[in-house]
Amino acid sequence: METLAPDLSPEAQFQARIDADIRIEPKDWMPEAYRKTLIRQISQHAHSELVGMLPEGNWITRAPSLKRKAILLAKVQDEAGHGLYLYSAAETLGTSRDQMLADLHSGKAKYSSIFNYPTLSWADMGCVGWLVDGAAILNQVPLCRTSYGPYARAMVRVCKEESFHQRQGFEIMQTLCEGAPVQKEMAQEALNRWWWPTLMMFGPKDADSPNTEQSMKWRIKRFTNDELRQKFVDMMVPQAEFLGLKVPDDKVQWNEERQAYDFGEVDWEEFWNVVKGNGLCNHERLQARVQAHEEGAWVREAALAHAAKRKERAAVAA
Amino acid sequence: MATPDLSPAQLAAPTYPAELRSQLFQYVVQLADTSLILAHRLSEWCGHGPVLEQDLALSNIALDLLGEARSYYQYAAELEGRGRTEDDLAYLRSAVEYRNPLLVEQPNGDFAYTIVRQFLFDNFHYQLLKELKAGPDARLAAIAEKSLKEAAYHLKWSSEWLIRLGDGTPESRRRLDKAIAALWRFAGELTTPTPGESHLQELGLVPDYAALLPAMQAHVAHVLAEATVPLPTAPVAQLGGKTGRHSEHLGYLLAELQYLQRTYPGLTW
Ligand SMILES: [Fe+2]
Ligand SMILES: [Fe+2]
Ligand SMILES: [Fe+2]
Repeated sequence: METLAPDLSPEAQFQARIDADIRIEPKDWMPEAYRKTLIRQISQHAHSELVGMLPEGNWITRAPSLKRKAILLAKVQDEAGHGLYLYSAAETLGTSRDQMLADLHSGKAKYSSIFNYPTLSWADMGCVGWLVDGAAILNQVPLCRTSYGPYARAMVRVCKEESFHQRQGFEIMQTLCEGAPVQKEMAQEALNRWWWPTLMMFGPKDADSPNTEQSMKWRIKRFTNDELRQKFVDMMVPQAEFLGLKVPDDKVQWNEERQAYDFGEVDWEEFWNVVKGNGLCNHERLQARVQAHEEGAWVREAALAHAAKRKERAAVAA
Repeated sequence: MATPDLSPAQLAAPTYPAELRSQLFQYVVQLADTSLILAHRLSEWCGHGPVLEQDLALSNIALDLLGEARSYYQYAAELEGRGRTEDDLAYLRSAVEYRNPLLVEQPNGDFAYTIVRQFLFDNFHYQLLKELKAGPDARLAAIAEKSLKEAAYHLKWSSEWLIRLGDGTPESRRRLDKAIAALWRFAGELTTPTPGESHLQELGLVPDYAALLPAMQAHVAHVLAEATVPLPTAPVAQLGGKTGRHSEHLGYLLAELQYLQRTYPGLTW
């Protein structure tokens, strides 16, 4: 590790590197709390990609055209790819995919609460791409510059694809809004359901987010939850207007002085309720993952057993 | 998404006489239905695969087949020349009008079922595309050329998995045997020509299945030997899908696939 200030303690040297925007790499010394925070955050992100496949996967077999079907399937497949990069990034910190999955399945590890909401109409495929991927991009673009090297590099690849997803989602919304009245109603109804949950994706208010300060200091995080939420509202309100849709918040209003939109208060009771596992789909989503894993066990075992037999045969032949 | 790059000359539907055109239309629709229905089945795995890498592989194959299906539907629509689109053909025909063989509409079952179904199809598909690629219809040849590379990968993937499951654990072997017992009877339909296919084969316009069989059988023998699985005694072949007589499964599949188009007719999505 490049030493900036040889006389300082490892902790102080570490912070000096962070402050100088020098990336931390797997072999570098790092405080245990930094490692733990990163493992928690990256694995949580990986789990979100994995669980996030389910609500959209729900519409692959019902997509309304062959083109839409191909785009949606490719998108959900991208999310699986994101999961793979992120599990690999987390493994550089000394955990394993098996361990991380075990924590997901036991409920110890969390994933983004947004995926505990159901996808009820085709317009939800529009809203998920437009709003959920949109919020994910705002959360994730700063992570391309996050202090931990493997995470930052994984995020560069992920963000590129997420912006495709967002454009595709917006395009679904646009097609619906330019279509028949029944399609426009479908779009508005979906927006009504997804608006508030996506605002919750930025996490609790800054005052209730005790980890933010340390994460900002370590440059794992670069903006606060409330800053990102404001950016999202400022970005999305004009887009909704462009579509001819109305965001379901009567308090939304341009504030000339702040040069930003004012908006209403998120229902924090609902937010914590879903985080605690009481959303409509918490049970199903986790159950679907556990079931896929358990039903896949014999397949994974067969692959391992066969590889071992091959190795043994090769050794005998040699 | 896979729309093959075709030259303008290839894009112009050949000037076949009307009757031949309609027979070729049927044949191309059959190819399209087959790829679409299997893609649809494979896409049901998305998010539920036994391990993330194989979830990705299953979706990959589904995407390839979906792209291939779209190319066939687009060509079929041109051959028909009645203004129908790929989506009209996929979303607005009923089960009795679908022409896919029974094999591809069979449910996913467990991973062993999916692998056996895939292996039987890939083994046929790969040899078929090799012949189609060299065939006289330029448009089919172009689609086949693009899909052949993908099909070669699919066959490699399903063959390797069949070997792993056969020569893996007692549990995987038990499941594989069960899948073979259930699905092998659907293999025969792939290479049993319908009267329409026979006619086109006699004209030399589409591949003769008899010519595909030696290579297909050799590959099956090779893979099963590697998997330590005895060659199944030829079961009585189940026929019907290619003439519109399907198993009960297809109706449910189409109900799902066609749901939005049927509920809201005539809209753009
Ligand atoms: Fe994401
Ligand atoms: Fe993603
Ligand atoms: Fe995404």
